[in-house]
Amino acid sequence: MARITAGLTTSHVPAIGVAIDQGKEQSDYWAPVFAGYEWTKKWIGEERPDVIILVYNDHASAFSLEMIPTFAIGCADQYPIADEGFGPRPVPTVVGHPGLACHLAQSLILDEFDMTVINKMDVDHGLTVPLSLVYGKPAAWPVRVIPLAVNVVQYPPPTGERCYKLGQAIRRAVESYEEDLNVQVWGTGGMSHQLQGPRAGLINQEFDNEFLDNMIDNTAQLRRISHLEYLRESGSEGIELVMWLIMRGAMGENVRELHRFYHVPASNTAVGHLVVEPT
Amino acid sequence: MVDNSEFDDIPGTTVFTAERSHQGFHLNQFCMSLMKPENRKRFKANERACLDEWPMTEAQKQAVLDRDYNAMMANGGNVYFLAKIFATDGISFQTAAASMTGMTEQEYAAMMLAGGRSPEGVRSIKEGR
Repeated sequence: MARITAGLTTSHVPAIGVAIDQGKEQSDYWAPVFAGYEWTKKWIGEERPDVIILVYNDHASAFSLEMIPTFAIGCADQYPIADEGFGPRPVPTVVGHPGLACHLAQSLILDEFDMTVINKMDVDHGLTVPLSLVYGKPAAWPVRVIPLAVNVVQYPPPTGERCYKLGQAIRRAVESYEEDLNVQVWGTGGMSHQLQGPRAGLINQEFDNEFLDNMIDNTAQLRRISHLEYLRESGSEGIELVMWLIMRGAMGENVRELHRFYHVPASNTAVGHLVVEPT
Repeated sequence: MVDNSEFDDIPGTTVFTAERSHQGFHLNQFCMSLMKPENRKRFKANERACLDEWPMTEAQKQAVLDRDYNAMMANGGNVYFLAKIFATDGISFQTAAASMTGMTEQEYAAMMLAGGRSPEGVRSIKEGR
């Protein structure tokens, strides 16, 4: 049977992708960011997951304002890299796992999570930057990826509570899939940041570090954070953190922290990164 | 009836609601068109002519021509869509964000390196915190 073996969260700042693509990982500015992922690179080489359910948000790349799905799951064979206005990132095409993805789509909808099904989609930095941070620059990604896109662009995103419950449903669905697969769930985006308006540049280190603490053993607190509180405390784009709760819900009640990293800044954003395993 | 007035209490912040999405639909869809290299080329060659192909308001078009990102957002623009404009200009997200704050690019970069903008005093206008 398929099983969820670990969870990971990370910010997905576009400038990190640019730094990788331009070979600036060792510059004074970027070296401290990439240092936080060295442990993870070694760990993933040992874990070798078969599939990652990668929770992220599209940034006006695949979804325009014509249609705005709250939760969408990719069931395609593969996902080309989006051109976000400066040409596609020079990274390999992302290969999907339509078997597990179709099983997830059906299971989740019958479990009362009304997913939008995607059969064709380009993926942007929200999905590819986490892969680059963890896998570096391979000729082909050594893992299959199921994109799970969450709307956090147009208000309101789903609530933290709803995201956590979706994670729980993902766990139930994965565990009912017959093929023997090592599956990880990644939640991306965050941490505190605001990219717009006169308040741009907001970073709340106290909020972020408390959030990292509570991801381990106090999810009840995180699930109660209102949208207004996210907006005030973590900046208008910090609300992406609801996506971390999908990963956390998929881990079950208790987790062990394997790795934690926090760094300010990467461009406009506080970088947060966690690796956990269910216990 | 939804009441979004509480968002107006957060200083310097525009929350992209369904109402703003409706207001900015054509502006944001224009931005999406810049994901194609041929459209970026056409836009660079004649910005006004490109903008005139879209049923946008004059205020929206002028804000784009002025690269006034706060004005674009006041007219329904969303920063992830507007990012296609500054990507077309070859400008980073940090430089674009700095332009919205009234700080110079250098001042903004220094603020970020020093830990970013503190939330103290910019959480709520009426609560003064």
